[in-house]
Formats: sequence, structure tokens, C-alpha cells
Amino acid sequence: MNQSRKENLLLQVSDLSKRFTLHEQGGVVLSVLDDVSLSVAAGECVALDGPSGAGKSTLLRCLYANYRADKGRILVQHGGEMIDLLHADARALLDIRRRTLGYVSQFLRVIPRVPTLDVVAMPLLSLGVDREEARDRAADLLRRVALPEPLWKLAPATFSGGEQQRVNIARGLVVGHPILLLDEPTASLDADNRARVLELITERRDAGAAIVGIFHDEAARSALATTIHPVRSRQEVAAA
Amino acid sequence: MSSGYNFAYLDEPTKRMLRRSLLKAVAIPGYQVPFASREMPLPFGWGTGGIQVTAAILGRDDRLKVIDQGADDTTNAVSIRDFFAKTAGVATTLSTRDATVIQTRHRIPETPLQHGQIMVFQVPIPEPLRWLEPRETETRRMHAFADYGAMHLKLYEDVARYGRITTAYDYPVLVAGRYLMRPSPIPRFDNPKLDASPALMLFGAGREKRIYAVPPYTSVKSLDFEDHPFTIESWDRPCARCGAADSYLDEIITDDRGGRRFVCSDTDHCNQRLDAKEKAA
Amino acid sequence: MSGPILEVRDLEKRYGARRAVAGVSLDVWPGEVLGIVGESGSGKTTLLSAIAGRVAPSAGSVTYDGRDLTELADVDRSRLIGDKIGFVHQNPRDGLRLNVSAGGNVAEKLMAAGARNYGALRETACRWLDRVEIGRDRVDDHPSKFSGGMQQRLQIARVLATQPQLVLMDEPTGGLDVSVQAKLLDLLRGLVDELGLAVVVVTHDLGVARLLAHRLLVMKDGLVVEHGLTDQVLDDPAHAYTQLLVSSVLQV
Repeated sequence: MNQSRKENLLLQVSDLSKRFTLHEQGGVVLSVLDDVSLSVAAGECVALDGPSGAGKSTLLRCLYANYRADKGRILVQHGGEMIDLLHADARALLDIRRRTLGYVSQFLRVIPRVPTLDVVAMPLLSLGVDREEARDRAADLLRRVALPEPLWKLAPATFSGGEQQRVNIARGLVVGHPILLLDEPTASLDADNRARVLELITERRDAGAAIVGIFHDEAARSALATTIHPVRSRQEVAAA
Repeated sequence: MSSGYNFAYLDEPTKRMLRRSLLKAVAIPGYQVPFASREMPLPFGWGTGGIQVTAAILGRDDRLKVIDQGADDTTNAVSIRDFFAKTAGVATTLSTRDATVIQTRHRIPETPLQHGQIMVFQVPIPEPLRWLEPRETETRRMHAFADYGAMHLKLYEDVARYGRITTAYDYPVLVAGRYLMRPSPIPRFDNPKLDASPALMLFGAGREKRIYAVPPYTSVKSLDFEDHPFTIESWDRPCARCGAADSYLDEIITDDRGGRRFVCSDTDHCNQRLDAKEKAA
Repeated sequence: MSGPILEVRDLEKRYGARRAVAGVSLDVWPGEVLGIVGESGSGKTTLLSAIAGRVAPSAGSVTYDGRDLTELADVDRSRLIGDKIGFVHQNPRDGLRLNVSAGGNVAEKLMAAGARNYGALRETACRWLDRVEIGRDRVDDHPSKFSGGMQQRLQIARVLATQPQLVLMDEPTGGLDVSVQAKLLDLLRGLVDELGLAVVVVTHDLGVARLLAHRLLVMKDGLVVEHGLTDQVLDDPAHAYTQLLVSSVLQV
């Protein structure tokens, strides 16, 4: 690891483990992640690679502190400090998510009946950006992902899968987080829209964002990934 | 005085009970003191609260005046005056100035009251917050905590609906800066007479079993808004009998063709002024 | 942010031998929405009532802005709660005066706080109606003529008019049509962000909890069995009861 990369590390994961205890199924324990380590510097994009069920999504969700890892460390550069997500309290986690960690999930989950433009602007509003500016920035992104303007006033619940995914991407990118976690961001897009979204994410990467993503789509992976990180299934099923 | 009745009708233990409640009421201006209201020989709503208070405070040397809507000569006033003449044998009078105790329904006399006089008001509903809050436990709590957020609400509703405060009688007041009080259904014209009055004001509600009081020289403030201040009624003409321009006037229909006159509601005040005019003439 | 606006420590409420709330501690910070979920009888509503001073706790403390509410005299607690702590009832009829105009409902607490200018009161009431998306032309109408969703929005306007720093909500979207719920959730979220409110919301609807709450407490038998960020608790439930709760939600 060269010196400058080390200084630019935005995300450092070491010895991360995650197990699930399924009380509904007789207390079965699933060990999904075991001693995972990886690091991402500014301008890098790590693609998680592995078969279905290997734990790629679990790892990504742990990195967002959506799943609570059992042991190890997830150090995130936030406000000039490296903070361990496993030991950060709720308010610190929320602040890290607001400012530092962006997450684009596969599915859009928002308050029903809120217009698309406001759905996209919401992360900015919770940062305290004023409404006008937040809407302007949201509109810029919706234009970049080529969502037709007449849809902006509508709630996204009735949109097609591809439209919802573009709304989700716009919402995930609107703040400009230094670290982005992407879960199959182009899965339901046609070729034109996929190209637009890849261009947008590439731009963010080249501007210094540290990205961790799951890309089943080969075009996306080859366009974005600077490193491939294999995720091996090491599940051990044991009774509790 | 007829024999067979205890002095002023009520038995002595009942009067002592009433006096204890009255003392507490005077000690806590505007606070409603519960008392064990008795059956009286007339129905609730006819002044039973006032009569019990009067019975409890009358002494043999008192001179009693009774008015109903300002008049000494209406049925209710005449009956109650006769009742005490009969059961207590006290002197009665029509003159505000000569009376030591004045029992009243719905008015305060125009003649300024003096130190040593006692007003006794007949009260139908003592609780000022009742229109808004039906639960007694809740209104008691509101009084105890001086939680009077609701107290301006009636006035707010008036202005919202009619553009001005339309509450014309039983206009709510704050007594000694502490307790919210209904002054009984006197016209709001009379509210200023309650403020810092030299007379003692006692209020009795027979059906609701509550007594309250305003001691002499106590502050009594009528509620209002800065931009809708408290005002009293005024008339565009003087009294048709005595010519008084500063008294509360009743409208009297004089014929079937829309003829009407406005005359003083306070009959004693009107008559005194007429007598004075005749003497001067 | 200097610290939590509400600190609850070891709160307990016993009814005879039964412990409705069996030792609960929580903090709420300004700008934060804390959700309390659990089934009927789990103690979540009793906990909320104890925080609101409507139920006297058997043990423990409820500290608001540095003052322990359980130590205050009744009158001081009542004033503090009236001014600074808002309570939104599940049934808007419990939190409104139905025989008083919408404007009067909003203005009442302001008058309690000493406001005596009718014009200013009315303008303030109208501004709050704007905020909760009720037309100004309804300011003189009685809420008995309003739909359930409008009544709930009016209740929220009435609660927020005194600018409380902490708002307690008991199933605020319960009893409303699903379409009305969504609009109300959006409104509540916006108000929380704009006003920097601290909110404790009790709900049995995990969908509502997900959209409204930053953090969740899961209660069962009077105890907090799990807590964390809302998405952590709902997506990665650790406790057996939470897993049961989450897996019992009908998918649409």
C-alpha cells in the first residue's frame, strides 16, 4: 500500500463478521460474513464479487450499518476522523449517513404520495439546505438520469422499475457523499439509461468518491470497478 | 314576624354551616366554596342560593332590599322581601342608600354602594368554564392550576363569529388577579361596579351548591383583548322617565304599533331622581 | 446539539402486582424521532402517558431539559407540560375542542400563555392552518365538520402552536384511511425537520415507524427488548420477539 493511498483511505474494514440467529426457525444460526477485510480510497471503486447468497448484500448493508455486524471494525472517514461504525451511537450513525455515507438500494422505499422532486430533495433538506436550492439540485440530477420532467410532480409509487431505480439513484447521489454504497444500481435499466447512470457514477468516482458496489451487470463492472473483491460463502449452519 | 319559624327561616346549625362557607369564600376571593344547599320553600332557579346566603347573614338590625332585574316591585323581589319580613321580622326598604343588605337578581344598583353594605347575588351557574368543560374534576383542576387558557376562548369565538365581543351578561372576570369568576347574569354594564367596590359582594348558587365572594376593595377585571377592549353598553337616548343618561335602560313596549320607551331598569334610582326633580320644581 | 431534551431512567409503572412498564430508560435529542413499537399491552402507551405526566410512575425519573418531572409540584408539571411538551392523541376528538372553531382551537394555548391581541392570535392560527394544509377559509368552522384527517392535522396545529420542543404522539395515524395516513406522515416528517422537534411516537404500525422514526425501541411485557436505528431493528431484528413482529407484517 503506497503512502498516498493510505492517506486517502475513506473506508477501512477489518475482520468483519456477521451472524444471524433465526429465532423463528428454531434458533438456527447463519454465519454469513467471517473475517472480511477490505479498504477503499478516494477515487476507487470496489466491486463485490461472488455467487448469489455469498453475502455481498449483507456486507454492503453492514457497511451502511443497516445490519449490525457482530465483530470487527468498519472505519469511516467522517469529519476528518476515522469512526468505527460498530461503536458509533445512533446519532453519530445518522450524521455519518447524512454527510458521509450514501447508499443506493435496489428498491425505493419512501413516504407514499410525496412528489418525486421532493423525494430526491429530501436528503438535502435533512442536511438543512433550503428548499429552493434542494429542489434545484434534485432537478439537475433528475435531468442527468433522464427522468421525464412531467413525472417530477408525481409520487414514484406507480413508476416502472427503471424509473423508480433512476429516482433512487438521483436520491442517493444528490448529496454528493464522499463514500457511496451501490446495490445493483443499473439492474433494471435499458442500455441508454444504463449508460447515463454509469457516466454519472464514473464522474463521481473520478471526482474522488470511494465506492463499494454490487454489479451483476458486466458493463457496469468494467466501467466502474478499480478493484474486484471476492466474497466467499463461508456459511456454517449450526443449531443454537 | 310570625312565630313558628326560626329567625330567618333556616335553623342555626345550617346558618353556621353557611357562614363557615362564606368566611372561606371571603378569604379566597372568587373561589367557589361548596356548601350543603338546603331545600327552600321555592324551587331552585328562583333564588334559593341568594336566599340562603341572606338568611345566614341577616341580623335583627339589618334593613333588607330585594331587586329583580333592578326593580323592587316584581313578583320575585316582592316575595323574597316579604319572606324575610315574615320569618326574620327585619326592616325592609326600597332605597339602595338605606339598605344594609341587598339581595339581587341580574343587576347592581346605579346608586354607588357604600362601605358596610352587602350585596347578595342569585347565581344560576357559578362555573365560568362550564360552557367549555363539562367535567367538574377538570374545571377544579383548571382553577387550582390557574390554567385559564380556555378563559379567553369564549371571547375569541364571539369576535370570530360576530366581529366583536357579544357577551352581554355574565361577562367573565378575573378576581384579585387569581380566580376566574362569573359575576352572575348581571349586564356587563354592571361589571365595572364590581371593581374595588367598598361593599362586600356575596354570590349564592342553590342548585349548584356553591358560594363565592368578592371582598370590599378587591380588583375585578373584565376579560378582553388589546384590540377588542372591554366596553359597556350605551344608549342613544336618556331614560324616558327621569332623563338619566348614565343608567342601564330597559326597553318597554307601550302599544301594539311598535311604540316603545327606554326607562331605567333600577326603579329606586329612577324614582329618587324624579322626586328630586319635583322637589326642585 | 448540547444533549438530550428528554431523559427517562428506570421508569416503572405497577398496577397492583402487574408491571405495565418494568424499568425503561431512554434519551431523546432535539430533532430526533424515537419510535416505540410493540403489540397491545406491551406497555408502550403507559410509558408515553408516564412521560406526559398523565400517569404517575411507580419508580424512576423523567427529566425534561434538566428538570425531573416526577419531582415537580403538580401545578409546575402541568404548566411545563402544557407549554413545552405537546401530546397528540390517536383520536383527534380527545385533543380538540369540537364546539370551538378551528382558529379558537389553535389560539387557546397561546391565550393561556398570555397572548391578548385578537388580530395577532387569528393571524397565528391562520398561519398554522397553512402549515397543516387546512384552508384559511375553514378558520371559523367547528372541527366537528372536518374529516378525520383534517381533525388530526388541526390537532397537530393546536399542539405545535405553542412551539413545544418535545411532542409525544400516540398512534397519530391510527384510525385514518391509508391514503390520509401517507399525507399526514409526510406532513409530520416535514414539520419535525423544519422545527427541529424531538418526538416520541408510539405505534403498532411498523410501516409508520419506518417512515417516521429515526430510532426504534421494541417493547414487550413492559420491557425494552431491542433498540437501534429504525432500519437496523426492522431489517436486522435480533430479538426473537422483534423477528416475530417483523415477519408478521403483511406484504403488499
